[in-house]
Amino acid sequence: MREINYAEALCEAMAEEMRRDPRVVLWGLDVGPYGGAFAATKGLYEEFGPEQVIDMPISEAGYVGAGVGAAITGLRPIVELQFSDWITIAMDQLVNHAAKIRYMFGGELAVPLVLRAPVGGYLSSSADHSQSFEAWFAHVPGLKVVLPSTPYDAKGLLKSAIRDNNPVIFFEHKKLYEMKGAVPEEEYLIPLSEADVKRQGRDATIVTYSYMVGKSLNAAERLAQEGISVEVLDLRTVDPMDEEAVIQSVRKTGRLVVVQEAPLQCSVSSEVASIVMERAFDDLDAPVVRVGAKGVPVPFGHDLENFVLPQEEDIIAAVKKVMGR
Amino acid sequence: MNIPREKLLMMYERMLKIRHFETKVGELFAGGEIPGFVHLYLGQEAVAVGACAALKEDDYITSTHRGHGHIIAKGGDLKCMMAELFSKVTGYNKGKGGSMHIAAPSLGILGADGIVGGGIPIATGAALSAKLRKSDQVALSFFGDGASNQGTFHEAINIAASFSLPAVYVCENNLYGVGTRQSQVRKVKDIAERAKAYDIPGVVVDGNDVVAVYEITKEAVERARTGKGPTLIECKTYRWRTHFEGEPDTYRPPEEVEAWKKREPIAPFRKLLVENDILTEAKAEEVEERVRNEVEEAVEFARSSPSPELEMALADLWAP
Repeated sequence: MREINYAEALCEAMAEEMRRDPRVVLWGLDVGPYGGAFAATKGLYEEFGPEQVIDMPISEAGYVGAGVGAAITGLRPIVELQFSDWITIAMDQLVNHAAKIRYMFGGELAVPLVLRAPVGGYLSSSADHSQSFEAWFAHVPGLKVVLPSTPYDAKGLLKSAIRDNNPVIFFEHKKLYEMKGAVPEEEYLIPLSEADVKRQGRDATIVTYSYMVGKSLNAAERLAQEGISVEVLDLRTVDPMDEEAVIQSVRKTGRLVVVQEAPLQCSVSSEVASIVMERAFDDLDAPVVRVGAKGVPVPFGHDLENFVLPQEEDIIAAVKKVMGR
Repeated sequence: MNIPREKLLMMYERMLKIRHFETKVGELFAGGEIPGFVHLYLGQEAVAVGACAALKEDDYITSTHRGHGHIIAKGGDLKCMMAELFSKVTGYNKGKGGSMHIAAPSLGILGADGIVGGGIPIATGAALSAKLRKSDQVALSFFGDGASNQGTFHEAINIAASFSLPAVYVCENNLYGVGTRQSQVRKVKDIAERAKAYDIPGVVVDGNDVVAVYEITKEAVERARTGKGPTLIECKTYRWRTHFEGEPDTYRPPEEVEAWKKREPIAPFRKLLVENDILTEAKAEEVEERVRNEVEEAVEFARSSPSPELEMALADLWAP
């Protein structure tokens, strides 16, 4: 199968959906002729023109809110934020408007909006360009939160997000944009809220998502050499979460490590651990262990950043801990 | 006055509807029948009615926490509104929105909003959507003086101005943001001056003169619909009541409140209509009687409507 990178896969997803449905429009900072800060919109302006691909001023509340307004009046906007750290400026439009408009108005309106935003660290990009805010949005009823870990998933999930009639926060990891992977040329969709077993295993389960999937797979490979068989479950959508897949894997292995890049407090890993405690406590052979960032902002320098953000070694140590080794 | 007779009569009737609906809501709130927060529109009737009279039925509006007047002016049904305020299943939004959150998409009402300034980007997006869909619709955003200090006001108007969007921004300047006199926290005298920053027309109008509001808005709507971009209209007006019902009025001089009540918008409009032979005193009374009855019927409808089943609290989160 041909190989393309994550940014190209995202771009293909948007192009296919824009060709399929002229109501799909794209706007954000530098999404036009510039091609997007991470090249995910390269060529879209040239193909679809200024009525479907629109450069916006640096006004996150303004143009995310405009996305909400367009979504409730017949368009299906994709709004790109250049860095997800600035989503804070658009928070009101997402939390108080996009998320609630359908419910609060008794089902009268739908908000088919996709908000795409790059997340994550490991790039010495310092505290305002390195964060992972997925837990904030997973906490809000009415928003779907998706974080693909491969080019294949990125394309299939983005196409589903664009066709979904609800607001979807689509977090793309900056370290993954140049990752190459097999992506079929034929059309395919990946349903939201469906986790994916990225590696089968018997002894312990790692539940993870986004860039941490790769690190977890590397850790699993190294653990296999020590005779520990690890299953890696990629959540792909953290809200609404595929709880059944988590429970099923934990029932199979009896041991759970949850791995994420974000700080641990009140996070996706907290949620996964709670769900397992509530639904599968008796299946556990050891207490759940979580791996995530230390509870500080992401520091600038390479060494400091690597100390704060989770590493393969941390994942290996966590698996060994649940294995009692 | 170059306004069709039917439109003038409609405007008169809708102003009366707002006046009687809001008066009744105030009574029902005081009597404990309506829960929650209620922000009454009394005194500002000319703004909503004058502005909405310049719109077509499929044009969009976004509203505010003080939204009942906008909904009625855009053609809202009093029964569905009152039922919503009573949290009844027959309400516009099945009783899940309440006083601050009424939407009626079939009338172009994209929703009232509990966040000050929250609706301005949404109206701007609706205008962008109308432009991209080439639908010939206009989006009008109502907001207060307080909202004009929010970032959303500036961000959204800059976007609309840059892209010449079919948008109209109607600021209802009633002098107070909750309990703070806005002239203490805003340097410019007229909010309309802020239009200069975005190179669009900014006009001040007497918000208690329904004909003046209509004519200015009509011009702005024509500009919007013909691709000439947005306009900022500042309507100088006053709310008779405190920010929300039940709030003690400790921040407004009583003589100021009285002076504005003397300048109320409906009686002079009625006089104007009578002088121009559009209405007789007898006919005016008849309209008022009809409106009173309609409000009473709305109350009866709301009272006798069923409450939502508790299970409904879990419905409508996701669109299929």
